[in-house]
Amino acid sequence: MPQIKINSVQHNIDADPQMPLLWAIRDLVGLTGTKFGCGVGACGACTVHLDGQAVRSCLTTLADARGHEIVTIEGLGAGGLRPVQRAWQANNVPQCGYCQPGQIMQAAALLKQTPKPTDQQIVDAMSGNICRCGTYQRIRQAIKSAAEGV
Amino acid sequence: MTGIANLSRRQLLKSLGLGSGLVLGMHVGVRGLPFAEAAEMAAGQFQPNVFLSIDETGLVTIVASRAEMGTGIKTDLPLVLAEELEADWNRVKIVQAQGDPKYGDQNTDGSRSTWQFFGPMRMAGATARQMLETAASQIWQVPVNECRAQNGFVVHASSGRKLAFGALAALAATMPAPTVVRLKDRADWRYIGKPHPIVDLDDIVHGRAIYGIDVVVPGMKYASIERCPVYGGEVKSFDGKAALTVAGVERVVEIPATPMPSGFKPLGGVAVIANNTWSAQQGRQRLKIEWDYGPNAGYDSTAYRAELEATARQPGKVVRNEGNFDGALAGAAKLVSADYFVPTLAHAQMEVPNAVAHWVANSCEIWAPTRNPAQVRQTVAQVVGVNEADITINMTLLGGGFGRKSKPDYVAEAALLSRMAGVPIKVTWTREDDIEHDYYHAVCAQHLEAVLDHDGHATAWLHRTVFPAIEATFQPDVVYGSGGELGQGVVDMPYDIPNVRCENGAAANHVRIGWYRSVYNIPHAFAVCSFADELAAAAGKDPIEFLRELLGAPRALDLKALGILVDYPNYGVGQLAPKIAGDYPIDTGRLRGVVDLVAANSNWGEKLPPRQGRGIAVHRSFLSYVAVVAHVAVGNDGEVTIPRLDMAIDCGLVVNPDRVRAQLEGAAIMAIGNTLYSNITFKEGRAEQSNYTDYLVARTDITPQTHVYFVENDHPPGGVGEPGVPPTGPAICNAIYAATGKRIRALPVDPQLLKA
Repeated sequence: MPQIKINSVQHNIDADPQMPLLWAIRDLVGLTGTKFGCGVGACGACTVHLDGQAVRSCLTTLADARGHEIVTIEGLGAGGLRPVQRAWQANNVPQCGYCQPGQIMQAAALLKQTPKPTDQQIVDAMSGNICRCGTYQRIRQAIKSAAEGV
Repeated sequence: MTGIANLSRRQLLKSLGLGSGLVLGMHVGVRGLPFAEAAEMAAGQFQPNVFLSIDETGLVTIVASRAEMGTGIKTDLPLVLAEELEADWNRVKIVQAQGDPKYGDQNTDGSRSTWQFFGPMRMAGATARQMLETAASQIWQVPVNECRAQNGFVVHASSGRKLAFGALAALAATMPAPTVVRLKDRADWRYIGKPHPIVDLDDIVHGRAIYGIDVVVPGMKYASIERCPVYGGEVKSFDGKAALTVAGVERVVEIPATPMPSGFKPLGGVAVIANNTWSAQQGRQRLKIEWDYGPNAGYDSTAYRAELEATARQPGKVVRNEGNFDGALAGAAKLVSADYFVPTLAHAQMEVPNAVAHWVANSCEIWAPTRNPAQVRQTVAQVVGVNEADITINMTLLGGGFGRKSKPDYVAEAALLSRMAGVPIKVTWTREDDIEHDYYHAVCAQHLEAVLDHDGHATAWLHRTVFPAIEATFQPDVVYGSGGELGQGVVDMPYDIPNVRCENGAAANHVRIGWYRSVYNIPHAFAVCSFADELAAAAGKDPIEFLRELLGAPRALDLKALGILVDYPNYGVGQLAPKIAGDYPIDTGRLRGVVDLVAANSNWGEKLPPRQGRGIAVHRSFLSYVAVVAHVAVGNDGEVTIPRLDMAIDCGLVVNPDRVRAQLEGAAIMAIGNTLYSNITFKEGRAEQSNYTDYLVARTDITPQTHVYFVENDHPPGGVGEPGVPPTGPAICNAIYAATGKRIRALPVDPQLLKA
C-alpha cells in the first residue's frame, strides 16, 4: 500500500500502484484543487510539486510518488499565501480559474529554481500549461511581479 | 402591481439561502424590462427572479442567477445592484443561484447578460435603497428626501444622524415596495465603470473553487463512457466481462443511442462504473464493442471541403439583395474575387464535460457546470422520462464554456446512469472524449467578389457562404443557415457599397455541431475583413484609409433598405428586449470610431523591418464593435509570431473595465489558436485529433503584448465575451500579407506557404 506524503500529511493509499497520482489525490484523498485537463501531460492543469519540482500528476503514478513529498495547490499557501499567489490576485489573472492551480504550481516551481527569470525563461517554463481563457499575458505579468517582490 | 415585491415574510426565502430582514424579489422576465411591463402584471402572477436580502447585521446577500464561466458576470451584475443600493461592496455576499425557473432566463449565452440585466439589476438595487431611506425617515420623523443612502448607511445630512442598513432592514421589511424608483445619477456611480476583482479570486488561487468536476456526493460512483467514434453510430453488441475484472470496476451498462439528429441528448455507448475515475477509465479500455457505424462512416473532411468549395462557386439561395450586383459587374473596371476556408474547430475548454446526478425515488438532484439549466432540466426530463419539477439543478462554476456547456448531453448521461445504478453517479469525460465527440464549430467555405471603379471605390459586393447549420444538429434535412447565422457577418455587412448580393449554399451535415465562441462570425469576419484588405491592395490604397471609405458616413443602417431576405435577429435583442432593441442599430460611426482609436494607438504606418507587417480588421458582433491591429513577424521558415496586438472596443457602457480587458485579451488568444493552429479533420467518420497533442491551441509562447482601448460614450452596454474573437484572425492574416505579400485564404495558417 503506497504511503505518500501530501501537504505534510502521510496518506496510506489503498490502490493500484499504477494509478496516476492525479486521480488518487482527487478521488481518494479528496483534494480537488489539482485539476484534470488532458491525462497525457499536455496541458499542465494537474501540476503538483514532487520534492519541490513541478510534475504532471496525470503522468506520475502512485509508485513514482511513493516516498516523496507532494505539495498541491491546497498546500502551497497553507502557511499564508505565497508571493506568486498574491501576484495572481494583484494582477487579476484568472478568468474561469480552472487551469490556474496548475499554472500557479508551475510558476512557483520556476521561481523557486530561478528567482529572477528572464522573459524567455518564463515562456519556456510556462509553455506546457494551457489556458483556454487566454490569461497568458497576465500570468507573465504576475510571475514578473512576484519575482520583483512587487 | 409593481415588478418588485417585498418578500420578507415568505417562507420560500429560506430555501434560497437568504437571511432574514429585508428581502426583495423582483421580476425581470426574459424581456428585461421590469417596470414597463409591471403594470400589466396581475397580482398572483408575480414570480420574482432576482433576489436580494439585507439582514440585521447589514450583510447584503445577492443571488447571482447567471452561470460563471470566466466572464466575471457573477461579480459584475451584483456590482450593478450594489451600486444602486449604495451598498458597501465589502459587506456584500454573493450566492450562486440554483438552476430554477423562478430565476427566469438563466441561459448564459450570446454575450448578453450585461445588456439584458443591467437595467433590472439597477432597479432592484434602487428599490431596496428607497425602502431603507423611507425606513430611516420614519425613525427620524423627517422627510424622506432628506435621507440619503451612502455606502451601507442612511444619512440625514442636516442633523448628522446616520443609521446602518442593518438597523433599518427590519422596518423596511414591513413596507410595500415603492412603485416609482429613482436611479442614481451616473456622476454618482462609485462601482460601475471601475475595475473590480472577481468574487471567486481568493478561492481560485487557493484551489478551493468548486467546478462541476470537483463535486463529491456521499456514496458517489464514477463513470467513463465509450461512445461510437462516428456520429450516428450505435452499439451492435458488447462484452464487458474483461472490464469487470479491473479492480474498482463495479458495473458495465449500455446507454441507448439517440437517433440522429441527436440534439441535446446523449450519443449513447457503454458506460463503466467504478469506485474511482481511473478504474472506470481502465475498465473502459477492456470493453469489447462491436459498432454499427451508421450513415456517416464514410465521412471524409477533405472530400467534404471540396464539395463545399464547389458549392460556393455556384449561385446559392439569395439572402440579401440590394441594388444590382450583376449590373455593376457588367461595367466593372476591376473585378476582385477570393475563396476562403475555415475548418471544423473544437471547444477544448479546460474542464471536460462532467456532471453528478443523484436519484432518490422519483426525484433527481444534479450538480453540473452548465450555462443553461433550463435546457438541462428539459433534456433530463425527456431522456429519463420524469417531470421537470422533480429535477433539482445545482450550478457550479464552469471551467471554461465557449459554447460547449450550453449542451446538456453529458448531464443527461449522468442522470441516466444514476437512475440505472441506483447510486449517485459522476460522469467525467476524458479529453479524448471531448475532442472526438464535441459539438464542433462548423466548417465553412466562402466565395467573394467585388467590383472596383476607376477610382478604386467598391461599387458591388458578392458574398457566398456555405456551411452546415447548427439547426442540423436538432432537425433533419436542414441544409441552409438560419437568419441568426447569416446575420453573423454576412447579411449585416455594413460597408457603403450600393450593389450587394449575399447567397447561402446548401450543405448537409455529418458531425455534431454547435455554438463556439462568436460562432459564425469566425468564418464570416475572416472572409469579409480579409477581402476588404484584398480590395484595398487592389485599389492601391492604405488598408485603414480604404476601410474608412468602405464604412462611409457615420450612420445607423436602415435594415429595411439593405435588402435582407432572411430574419435578422440582431443578436436576440429584438426578441429578448424589444423595447430597447432600437438602441442597438448597426452603426457605421461606431465601427469608424474603433478603427480610428486603434489606428491612433498602434503605430500604424510606422516602418517595420523586413518580413514584419501590420494588419487591421473591424467587425461588429453581439451588439459591440471591435477593431484590431496585429503586428506580426514571419520567420524565414514561415513561422508566424505576433509581437503585439492593439484592440479597440466600443461596447457602450462598461461595468467592469478590468473584466472587459480580460475578455479581449482572452478572445485574442482564442482567435490566435483558431487562426494559426486549430484544425479538426475526419476520416471514415472519425475525428483524427484527440487531445492537446494533436488538436493545437495557443500557448504562452505565441502570446502577444495586447493593448486594449475603450471608446467612451453613453451607449447602452453591448456584449463583451465574444466580439474580440472575429476581427483578430483576419487582422493577423492581413498583417501576414503586409509582411510577406502572401494571402492567407484558408485556416489554419500553413507556414509552408510563408517560407522566405
